[in-house]
Amino acid sequence: MRALKLQGRTVAMIAIIVPLVLVFAYVAMRSGPLAPVKVTVVRAQEGTVSPALFGIGTVEARHTHRIGPTLAGRVKRVDVHVGDRVRAGQLIGEMDAVDLSDRVRAQEATLKRAQAGIREAEARQAFAQAQARRYDKLSALQATSEELAITRRQEREIAEAGLIAAREALAGAQSERAALVAQLDNLKLVAPVDGVVTLREAEPGTTVVAGQAVVELIDPASLWINLRLDQVNAGGLASDLSADIVLRSRSAETLPGRVLRVEPKADAVTEELLAKVVFEHPPEPIPPIGELAEVTVALPLVQAAVVIPNAALRREAGEVGVWQVKEGRLQFAPLKLGATDLDGRVQVREGLTEGDEIVLYSERALSRDSRIDVVPSLPGAER
Amino acid sequence: MISLASRDILHGWGKFVFTGIGLGLLIGVTLVMAGVYRGMVDDGKALLDNSGADLWVVQRDTLGPYAESSSVHDDTYRGLLGLRGVERAANITYLTMQVRKGTQDVRAMVVGITAGQPGQVPGWPPYLVAGRQITRGHYEAVADIATGFRIGDRLSIRRNQYTVVGLTRRMVSSSGDPMVFIPLKDAQEAQFLKDNDAIWQSRRRTEANPALNRPGVPGLLDAVLASQSTNPYVNAVLVTLEPGYAPDEVADSIRRWQRLTVYTRAQMEDILVGKLIATSARQIGMFLVILAVVSAAIVAFIIYTLTMDKIREIAVLKLIGTRNRTIAGMILQQAVALGLIGFVVGKIAATFSAPFFPKYVLLVPADTIAGFAAVMIICVLASLVSIRLALRVDPAEAIGG
Repeated sequence: MRALKLQGRTVAMIAIIVPLVLVFAYVAMRSGPLAPVKVTVVRAQEGTVSPALFGIGTVEARHTHRIGPTLAGRVKRVDVHVGDRVRAGQLIGEMDAVDLSDRVRAQEATLKRAQAGIREAEARQAFAQAQARRYDKLSALQATSEELAITRRQEREIAEAGLIAAREALAGAQSERAALVAQLDNLKLVAPVDGVVTLREAEPGTTVVAGQAVVELIDPASLWINLRLDQVNAGGLASDLSADIVLRSRSAETLPGRVLRVEPKADAVTEELLAKVVFEHPPEPIPPIGELAEVTVALPLVQAAVVIPNAALRREAGEVGVWQVKEGRLQFAPLKLGATDLDGRVQVREGLTEGDEIVLYSERALSRDSRIDVVPSLPGAER
Repeated sequence: MISLASRDILHGWGKFVFTGIGLGLLIGVTLVMAGVYRGMVDDGKALLDNSGADLWVVQRDTLGPYAESSSVHDDTYRGLLGLRGVERAANITYLTMQVRKGTQDVRAMVVGITAGQPGQVPGWPPYLVAGRQITRGHYEAVADIATGFRIGDRLSIRRNQYTVVGLTRRMVSSSGDPMVFIPLKDAQEAQFLKDNDAIWQSRRRTEANPALNRPGVPGLLDAVLASQSTNPYVNAVLVTLEPGYAPDEVADSIRRWQRLTVYTRAQMEDILVGKLIATSARQIGMFLVILAVVSAAIVAFIIYTLTMDKIREIAVLKLIGTRNRTIAGMILQQAVALGLIGFVVGKIAATFSAPFFPKYVLLVPADTIAGFAAVMIICVLASLVSIRLALRVDPAEAIGG
């Protein structure tokens, strides 16, 4: 009876102590720095890489017409408002002429005076010619003195010169007037192309300097995107590649586009390449100038290559490569890499063959001597 | 010879085991406290390891980029690449902020990493636990798993939305905030960009300034405004060295020719451990000492009480002529057994509770061994008091009182 009781106690004691010791042993072995590193592995596969470039840019107009006066002056009226469509040749505003029309009127008076001057000179010339002709006849009949005849001839010459001067005076006055009228015309602000008004910078009464714009026009058909790409991630960028454009305000919609040209000048400060991307079909409604756009430029496919995910890439002793799993041991394989795509697939040129098992994800940084525990997915990482 | 100690323990085993478990929890807390301290130091080291740099080039006369703010021009790295011994140099920015996802936000350190390929540029997360590395130059993020974000989540940092494409682990700032990696250009903007209201206000201020808004110079105002909204600065340049070059030599040449402050790995560790977490570490250390003293006192008290409970039995033992050595051995063995149970329970409790702490708790085997030794010494010392008391007991008490 007593022995049984003692045994009961012993069993209870063992029931507590043994699991405790087992748990302790598990804890000592499986946690802390001695524990194996949990990793997931993946096999290098033959596949295609569809490289693409990603950049952002702003919507810009290829041609922006900044219309303003050629001389300093005051704005008289502006007929258009922002958003109005205008046609080539349409009057969109006018500068104040100040005294220009008065000067045109004065010039018209001068013109009439010059016309009167011609009539006067013609009358003089006709009279002088008639006199000269008469004295020539009289002189031939010896009915007058030679001297008088010569005087009449000289008077005719003078009257002819006077007529020429009067005619030139008229031409001068006409040109002067034409110049003033041209100046008056120049005060009119005329649309050079069909377009949309994007800015109305000065209101009537404002004084503007020469060259300052009053109205800005763009041609909506000439919208393009000024694309900026990181120089390191711009390999393969060329004209005529197709591009997908996503405007910030229409992020659900992908618009087809095309690289029009790669700018010969890159931005040295921001270390970006610049390119112009045009829309295949002008978007409707017109996106605002300056709106941000995300552009993905598709590059030619790379066929049949050994492909690995970029999450597997590590750096060890100055070389880029992957941890290869060979018979449960780790071995670092330095790689030569080729094309990459935006989904994180990387083409391997050298260093791996199809079917090689490599470490994809790991809980910690690995080293040659790390013990690993291959699991289907790392704790916390599964969705 | 029968073991008096095991007989006695078996006699009152329930009480003994539960006392041991109680003691174990106390030891567990002490171990966790040591783990918290180790975790803080490890956070700092993880930060340095993960950056993958040999040298940190920062603004002159600052302790940047972790302990103080620092800003250098983002084209400084070009000059550094020309120096002998420099293999790679990459810009990096650090900004601790609240990262929003929907309605919730998470305190995180946003790291701006230079564009390139994984493995080629220092500063990138060296390993992932899910997803992929950043491939686009904008609007993608790799987050530490401790942020609670999942792949595909959309984060808001300032005015931009970022898609989480990859998850990593143990990428923390020196204060334990998880990191969120985003492309450098976005990070530069995030660091500098004000909210839209502030931008409008600053534009109005500039417009009101007659020196900057001159009617005779059209275009000046636009140029001034444009220059106000760019950020050509980064917080540091991470430099890695070609094999065979000593960090100090290269650091000296950068200091001398580039007129910048440079820290080597050893100096950076000094700054992080010695300066940044010095006060918190002392705080934790103080707690650790107090906990150890309290644990020792409790162990001593428990053993004393256990002995006092069976003072009558000890008197009987003495009466029947048991040797002092046997009685002392019984008490000592019990104390050590109690310590063992306590330690085992404590270690298990500490290990299983460590992942639930909001900050990283690192249980180092050396700490565990030191803890084991300390528990044993404390138990032996505590039992000495009880042994002394037991040996002094009068055998007459067994029949008297």
